[in-house]
Amino acid sequence: MRDTKTEIRIPADAKPVPFRGGGFRQRRHPLLAPLVLAALLAIWWAGSATGVISPIAMPAPKDVIDAFRDLWTTGALWTNLSVSLYRLLVGWILGSLLGIAVGLMIGLFSQARASALPIVSALFPVPKIALLPLFIIWFGIGEGSKVATILFGTFFPTVISTYAGVDAVDRGLIRMGQSFGLRWSSIVRKIILPGALPAILSGFRISFSIAIVLLVAAEMIGAQHGIGAYILMAGSLFNLGQLFAGVILLSAIGLFGSWLIGLAERRMLDWRQ
Amino acid sequence: MRILLDKISHAYDGTQVLQDISLDLGKGEIVSIIGPSGCGKSTLLRMIGGLERPTSGQVLVTGAAPQGCLNPLTYIFQDFALLPWRTVAGNISLVLEDHGIRGARAREVIDDVLARTKLSDFRKAWPRQLSGGMKQRVAIARALAVRPAVMLMDEPLSALDSQTRELLMDDLVELWTRTPFSAAYVTHNLAEAVRLGHRIVVLSRRPGRIREVVTIDMPLADRPAHMAELEKIQRDLWDMMRDEAAAADRELADA
Repeated sequence: MRDTKTEIRIPADAKPVPFRGGGFRQRRHPLLAPLVLAALLAIWWAGSATGVISPIAMPAPKDVIDAFRDLWTTGALWTNLSVSLYRLLVGWILGSLLGIAVGLMIGLFSQARASALPIVSALFPVPKIALLPLFIIWFGIGEGSKVATILFGTFFPTVISTYAGVDAVDRGLIRMGQSFGLRWSSIVRKIILPGALPAILSGFRISFSIAIVLLVAAEMIGAQHGIGAYILMAGSLFNLGQLFAGVILLSAIGLFGSWLIGLAERRMLDWRQ
Repeated sequence: MRILLDKISHAYDGTQVLQDISLDLGKGEIVSIIGPSGCGKSTLLRMIGGLERPTSGQVLVTGAAPQGCLNPLTYIFQDFALLPWRTVAGNISLVLEDHGIRGARAREVIDDVLARTKLSDFRKAWPRQLSGGMKQRVAIARALAVRPAVMLMDEPLSALDSQTRELLMDDLVELWTRTPFSAAYVTHNLAEAVRLGHRIVVLSRRPGRIREVVTIDMPLADRPAHMAELEKIQRDLWDMMRDEAAAADRELADA
């Protein structure tokens, strides 16, 4: 006999099982970030207007806006931003390309790993800004030394994230490629590179913020123009409005860079979900 | 094409894994290889496909590969080994590209193998969207695309649930019945071994040696109707292996 409909009699003392799951999960709150930002700006504005926040410690929002207006009307915004972006992008792109190339070599060839990895490990922790005087001797006081600082600063983390990405590629996939008689170059191009790409791209996020740090440091040490020079100048004149304007520009560059990397991740890693 | 194993022995840093294995794999024949875990059956399969070298002995092939064969010895892996960054069609195209098969010719091959594995609706799907059974079907389609002479199947159904396993076994039998292929089928599942194997090679515990070769003289397509007979063979195989399987289970992995 098959019973498809079973009647259940619920006793009087039956209680629902108390719910104890849930939590520990991030939900989306799209309104919260703008609200917090607006609240902070309001506190800042009110504090400055009432004098609770001393103008020596924090500039008034108006000072910052004025600094931006000055930057815009004098054309200094473009002068500073263009030289900074040039140094940042040239240094970062060259450093990343070289880093990927060397990282791939280390990941693919044991001779490259044995010879280059100790050098990379030894030079990675050296703050590249300490080498700026050397780079000035090598590449001159102009753009060369600043670009070189950023290049070296981004090269080493990219090498490390690339070879770690190559190491993390599923060996089973490589064996599959070999078992189908794929050429060595095909295995590298179609299996190893795409497999290492997630690690390379997340390395980009780190190397881009390192590049901004080095940009400002290099421009503070020896540059006439650039956001770092502008901030240094503002600081020595105690012009906090300008100082804040420079910091906001840096933050905007950083945000724009990580947005671009995020975009690249979504497009190139669409297979991940 | 025939494959001959000539006195294969193998040792991994001092531990003997395989000892004196001689075997021949005929045309259109599926040979199941079973044995307790760690007996070296997957290693043996890697040697047949040229992915690993035995310490002594050799794997030989005789006879020409069938016409249009791109990769005579072709694997089907337990973990499917699909590239997650390529779609179903892209994963099959991968193994054709190096042979210069692209564009319309590639599409023709891909359409054909997808139809044979009932995957035509999934051309553009990503591997992550597929169930385990579908992933293994893609891997089978990929293997068919290179027109192999011998399929080397390394526990192909072990990562699947038992219902999917039944479905895929039926599919394999159907594929074989339509165009017989030769295969070495490594498994630890005795039901798979008796359903799919024309011959069953029983390996002993490490160091793996051939203990017995059981021939089942019943066409693959007829087997579902004769489950009782198959079950008896399966039980005999289990009786043969039980003690060794128990002993192998208690071994330390790195011993």
